[in-house]
Amino acid sequence: MDQTIQYERYQRQLILKGFGMAGQQKLQQARVLVVGAGGLGCPVMQYLVAAGVGHIGLADHDKVSLSNLHRQILFGIEDIGLYKVDVVKQKMFSLNSDVDIRTWNERWTQQHCIEFFSEYDVIIDATDNFASRYLINDACVLLGKPLVFGAVSQFDGQVAVFNQLKADGSRSVNYRDLFPLPPANGEVLNCAEGGVLGALPGTIGAMQATEAIKIITGLGQTLSNKLWNYNALTQEVFIMQLVANPVSLQHIPLSVEQFMSTDYEWLCEFPQKGIKEIDQLQWQENYFDHLLVDIREPHELPRLNSFCSSLALEWMELPLSNLENNIACLFGRNVVFVCQAGVRSLMAANMLMKSSPASAVFSLKGGVDGLAEKI
Amino acid sequence: MIEVMFFGQLTDATGVSSVMIEEVTSTDELIQMMKMRYPALASSTYMVALNNTMVTENTIVAPGSKLAFMPPFSGG
Repeated sequence: MDQTIQYERYQRQLILKGFGMAGQQKLQQARVLVVGAGGLGCPVMQYLVAAGVGHIGLADHDKVSLSNLHRQILFGIEDIGLYKVDVVKQKMFSLNSDVDIRTWNERWTQQHCIEFFSEYDVIIDATDNFASRYLINDACVLLGKPLVFGAVSQFDGQVAVFNQLKADGSRSVNYRDLFPLPPANGEVLNCAEGGVLGALPGTIGAMQATEAIKIITGLGQTLSNKLWNYNALTQEVFIMQLVANPVSLQHIPLSVEQFMSTDYEWLCEFPQKGIKEIDQLQWQENYFDHLLVDIREPHELPRLNSFCSSLALEWMELPLSNLENNIACLFGRNVVFVCQAGVRSLMAANMLMKSSPASAVFSLKGGVDGLAEKI
Repeated sequence: MIEVMFFGQLTDATGVSSVMIEEVTSTDELIQMMKMRYPALASSTYMVALNNTMVTENTIVAPGSKLAFMPPFSGG
């Protein structure tokens, strides 16, 4: 790399107090993953690439469409129908060819998180739906990555830095501390349904890029343990101090296995409200004659053998990972699903209800953990 | 007096972006009061902040306090 050209390119930030060559080198060595190449992802990419972040990953399965252009201003009419990540990568090459950009033109899943998060220092959530947001948040908590969150709705935007490592070794709060469970499907309108002011994601995306640069260089104070709220109509900013929420822990997968078996699409489509959950008392009084199906994986303890035989319950073990392939054996049966804490059993209940509407299907609230004293 | 502010699409549920309340003793009481006044709030997801700090449990509300109801956003 030609040092003179490098100096000229970054001169305006190199001369900043506290930035200098050390800050530039930190950016050059940094690895940032941006999930989403839309209204937020475009400005995030532009500012990170322009600033000289060395390695960037970008994921988006979408192709450019005409309705994107009012806010995703990296794209032009000639890009319609092309993968967003391909267009962004090409335009970023002309902006700064020193930046190494890797792209994924597929939907970001649990598998991607497990496989690729470890390669990056900072994760940026620039997605447009709750399923992806909860998925990315949980993965960042599980795998110990700082997350720069940004979201828009109509005239409002939010920015926060979640799960950032603090000096005392602890981590700042995460999205589940604010909203332990996603809202009901359709309750919160997305951009397609509720609309969005075109310049707003530009503002919020630029804020996310700023926070990422601060995390990498150590400049200033990030929005860690804070939620930054902005209203474009009034230009008012409201900053909320965030605190850890004990409820959030109940909903975050604690292991890679739990994370992989969480169905985020489903979780956000059918949140807990309205599913047939029964507590232990209801189960004993009304549903003891139903087939009890333990959908936990074989390593999860305690097993239910002696508990079920002492109560003469009809029961079986059918791990959630095999449920889909073996679900036919439950068709037409009256079933109570049980898992460790009562979350995956809800998914299993939904899966069976979809496949076999005639079955009476229940999920045991609190799972085996709730039964512990009786086992 | 206590000021209660609503953000984002919660203003569709309440019809107002802020409202002044005479007196309330706790955050739980205030949330109940708001749900009675604006029934659409009952089916909405939000977090509550008292004087700019998020609350996770019932908290005493002193006169002159500011409360904020904040919904999640998904767009991007």
